[in-house]
Amino acid sequence: MLKDVTFGQYYPGNSLLHKTDPRIKMIILIEYLVIVLAATTEIAALVSLSFTLFLITVSGIRFSVLIKSVKPLIFVLVFTAVINLFFTKADTRPLVDFYFITIYKEGIKTAVMMLLRLVSLVLGTSVLISFTTSPLELTDAIESLLSPLKAIKVPVHEFAMMMSIALRFIPTLIEETNKIISAQKARCADFESGNILKRVKSLIPILIPLFVSSI
Amino acid sequence: MTALELKNISVIYGENTPFRKAALNNINVSFEKGSITGIIGHTGSGKSTLASLTNGLLKPTEGEILLYGENIWDKPKEMVKVRSRVGLVFQYPEYQLFDETVESDIAFGPKNIGLSEEEIKERVRLASEFCGLTQKELRRSPFELSGGQKRRAAIAGVIAMMPEVLVLDEPAAGLDPKGKEEILSGLVEYKNAYGATLLIISHSMEDIARYADNILVMKQGEVYMQGNVEEIFMQAEKLFDANLDVPQITKLFIELKKRNLCRSNDVYTVGYAKKEIEKLIKDSENA
Ligand SMILES: Nc1ncnc2c1ncn2[C@@H]1O[C@H](COP(=O)(O)OP(=O)(O)OP(=O)(O)O)[C@@H](O)[C@H]1O
Ligand SMILES: [Mg+2]
Repeated sequence: MLKDVTFGQYYPGNSLLHKTDPRIKMIILIEYLVIVLAATTEIAALVSLSFTLFLITVSGIRFSVLIKSVKPLIFVLVFTAVINLFFTKADTRPLVDFYFITIYKEGIKTAVMMLLRLVSLVLGTSVLISFTTSPLELTDAIESLLSPLKAIKVPVHEFAMMMSIALRFIPTLIEETNKIISAQKARCADFESGNILKRVKSLIPILIPLFVSSI
Repeated sequence: MTALELKNISVIYGENTPFRKAALNNINVSFEKGSITGIIGHTGSGKSTLASLTNGLLKPTEGEILLYGENIWDKPKEMVKVRSRVGLVFQYPEYQLFDETVESDIAFGPKNIGLSEEEIKERVRLASEFCGLTQKELRRSPFELSGGQKRRAAIAGVIAMMPEVLVLDEPAAGLDPKGKEEILSGLVEYKNAYGATLLIISHSMEDIARYADNILVMKQGEVYMQGNVEEIFMQAEKLFDANLDVPQITKLFIELKKRNLCRSNDVYTVGYAKKEIEKLIKDSENA
């Protein structure tokens, strides 16, 4: 369950991306996001895709790790692709016309573009920030980038502090949760079967100890 | 009869990541039905990892785990059944308590197995007896109990499933001597009443000497020594090499032997030590 969530976890390493100043990485990330979202033509999509692949290669993060970071989003990805595939309308002749299902060439194109875009977003952010920047570096970078706002009395330092404390406790919380899940599983708890109501109810033995331990 | 057997077991955490760590290395051990095995080893030697293998919470990277001859990973769908047969009590298990009353918390395991109301009631009664919980404590909220009582409630929650093999990770850590003794002797009582098999991880050589029949010594993910209590504690030097210890009383007798005051080197309980010392005094009086 939780052990598969690698999204947002730092992988120590020695690559160029690890060594790059996190502030530069943040600025690259913002530009990268804009490019990926603005890429509507095939050429632009190819350019942003190759840049993503370039980032991945430079980071030296294993492919299997990256796959894992995309895995939790499979549902969203498939859902988006399907919606685009079936609901894009065009004036051209449909490729498939079967009762209420009509698929146009444009639909396939939009679906593929959407998929590429989303995967690029996730991978780019993971590779640029999450996997190659330690939480501490990240908060320092944010504080430094936002510091001009101090002039208009924005509490930048406090904000960065809050963020680093929150980030610091995510791994602890995950570890704690895993421990509780294991202990309840050892008492034959079943979190995976049954209808939604039953599944939600099965979370009670995890949530209560979690709240109690964090008070 | 062999209750539980680990065959060629290896466990690697975080394969294909920078955090790769081989926690267990080609382990081969078996545990006889009705025996109590003490598992000792320095921090990080893989004791807890071994424990979470026994009930299928952790899948070994290699090797098989046989429960009464059957590979527990043959039918992953029936893992719940395996977990009711191999009870696992974690290190500091108090955090697993969650229900409104101690009674309903202990009933959590039996309920998950799908037992009838009456049977669940009976199991709760038995389990709380073995763990020394009173009727009054059963009706309270688990969060109002003392540390020691919480520990009992947590252990009772596992015993209530009536496991054939019971694995406990440091069940007595951090308790006072009396609480420790009550919990450990309750476990032995349970074992004797139902012919269960116990595996107890402990850092206390005194507890091991007192309650275990056999000892399994782990070192850096491997089985370092294996044998009955006498055999193991006789090899004090080898234990020291693994950053481990022998019971205090055994140390005393090692010193006595060094000074040629006695001959025996298999003294590891206070009762036996008393007899030996009385014998020594009698000998010196006669001489
Ligand atoms: N979930 C995990 N992920 C990665 N490595 C782990 C994990 N759990 C344990 N390890 C590593 O495996 C090794 C064995 O750990 P284990 O918890 O089995 O030791 P132990 O003998 O129980 O120690 P202790 O006496 O301190 O409880 C350790 O080096 C530990 O760092
Ligand atoms: Mg341990």
